[in-house]
Amino acid sequence: MGAELGKYKSCVSARSTDKAILAGAQDGGIVTTLFAYALETGIIDGAIVAGPGELPWKPKPIVATTVEELLAARGTKYNISPNVSLIKEATRSYGLDKVGIVGTPCQMQAVRKGQLYPIGLRDVGDKIALAIGIFCMENFPYQSIVQLAEDHAAMKLESVAKMEIGKGKFTFMSERGAVVPLPLKVTHKYEQPGCHVCLDYVANLADVSTGSVGSPDGWSTVFVRTKKGDDVWAKAIAAGCFETKAIDSVKPGLELVTKLANEKIGKNQKTVEERKTFGVGKGLRIPYI
Amino acid sequence: MGLLSSVFKKNDQQKPADVAKAETSKKEVKPVVDKITVGHVHMSGCTGCLVSLADNYGGLLTILDKYADLVYGLTLADVRHIPKMDVALVEGSVCINDKLSVEEIKQTREKAAIVVAVGGCASYGNITRFCRGGQQNQPQHEAFLPIGDLIKVDVYIPGCAPTPQMIRNVCIMAYLLLKGSPEQKALATNYLKPLMMAAQKGTSACFCDLMTEVIDQGLCMGCGSCAAACPVRAITHEFGKPQGTRDLCIKCGACYNQCPRSWFSFDVVSEFESISELIDTVMK
Repeated sequence: MGAELGKYKSCVSARSTDKAILAGAQDGGIVTTLFAYALETGIIDGAIVAGPGELPWKPKPIVATTVEELLAARGTKYNISPNVSLIKEATRSYGLDKVGIVGTPCQMQAVRKGQLYPIGLRDVGDKIALAIGIFCMENFPYQSIVQLAEDHAAMKLESVAKMEIGKGKFTFMSERGAVVPLPLKVTHKYEQPGCHVCLDYVANLADVSTGSVGSPDGWSTVFVRTKKGDDVWAKAIAAGCFETKAIDSVKPGLELVTKLANEKIGKNQKTVEERKTFGVGKGLRIPYI
Repeated sequence: MGLLSSVFKKNDQQKPADVAKAETSKKEVKPVVDKITVGHVHMSGCTGCLVSLADNYGGLLTILDKYADLVYGLTLADVRHIPKMDVALVEGSVCINDKLSVEEIKQTREKAAIVVAVGGCASYGNITRFCRGGQQNQPQHEAFLPIGDLIKVDVYIPGCAPTPQMIRNVCIMAYLLLKGSPEQKALATNYLKPLMMAAQKGTSACFCDLMTEVIDQGLCMGCGSCAAACPVRAITHEFGKPQGTRDLCIKCGACYNQCPRSWFSFDVVSEFESISELIDTVMK
């Protein structure tokens, strides 16, 4: 295919040099560290992140304006956090002129559509200073996470310490050290249906996108895509925020990222095709034009 | 007459010779030769759309300076009847109980090469959908229709108010479409395509579109764009999906059209960086 990884200026395997961030990070602590650096140096005034919600493991989009708030939002929650819902509010009630936002590939698509077609986003587009995308195969509704944790992994959500998808498993780890890996075959049916038409795996439209795939445990793969992304990434590296390794020096490397990207895009392109003939002489709507 | 001529005479006398010279030489160049002609047609709207256009501030002056001549506009151009023009920016819905409004919208279609419905009222009826008549001083004016119910509309700019940036982008793209290089024409065509499709799709909009066209179609992924776009804060997210307080909805079409799963053009949006730079450059 060739376009599955999107445009990028550079790609590395990276890890935060901040031990405190790494302690609660999903992988290499890239998003938290980059936002913390951008916040402290005034590149952004605040960042929209998936903060803690009212229920265990239910994220709530928040506008983080302090490093403490960023730290509280570390880690992947594997269910929906409508971060874009705050993109206008961040520039209004919060009064931010330089907004950071983290999101899934679809949320990056929403942000960029919003910049080029700001139908209801007056004066927002040029205030988006740093959009960080995270690799995403699919997402889950909150209730699916409840179902998976409590029904399949036999853990109360309150006692789940970490969730992780990798190596073909959705793994639940409890506070007391229980580890329950669920085969993805089991979890597939609980995925959010809207994810099955998504044609982007590595957040092609972000300034910087990152995810665990391709890098060793505890490290993240990072794509630097835009001028803005390049600028802030270079500054963060110069400030010593990250240690990096050349992506072609690590295993499994870009080969796996490419493979998974093609798997996702291929599968979902098929779903999009099938929508055309979903009924009898009637199809489902396709958003792509 | 005496006073006027004395004022003018005085001014003439005070004008230094070199300034006068500079002005004469300026008149000989034709910086406006490639501009498009644009008119603002005011139907039944609150003038918020026009204010949005003006809220481009210096950008509006750049547009008028380099790309578009304003040939018609209730408050901005001293022209009584709708003239021939390249682009008509129509604000407001049509009161079908008012003969002049109906006549003017028909004339707009005849006179303009491209008719743009600017804002929720022109596109979808918006707040004027809720009119029941009775208002002073024309209480019998109770029936308002989006312009697309009376004439063919080429481009929609939904939202209440439409954003200054959207109006600016459409003006720039219209200019590139009519006056640009083949490459720029292609870009403008791609950019305007979804807005043209919106114009073909219909004249009604509601929060319900998110239900019927996005969620019910299995397309929603909970990004939150709709809630951000809603001008009346009618949309919240419950467990990652939009919930609308439908009594608050003013039917402006912002939520549905902002949604990346209503329409999405990879051709355009994937080029967000270069297109944003292009817009910045031409607005300088």
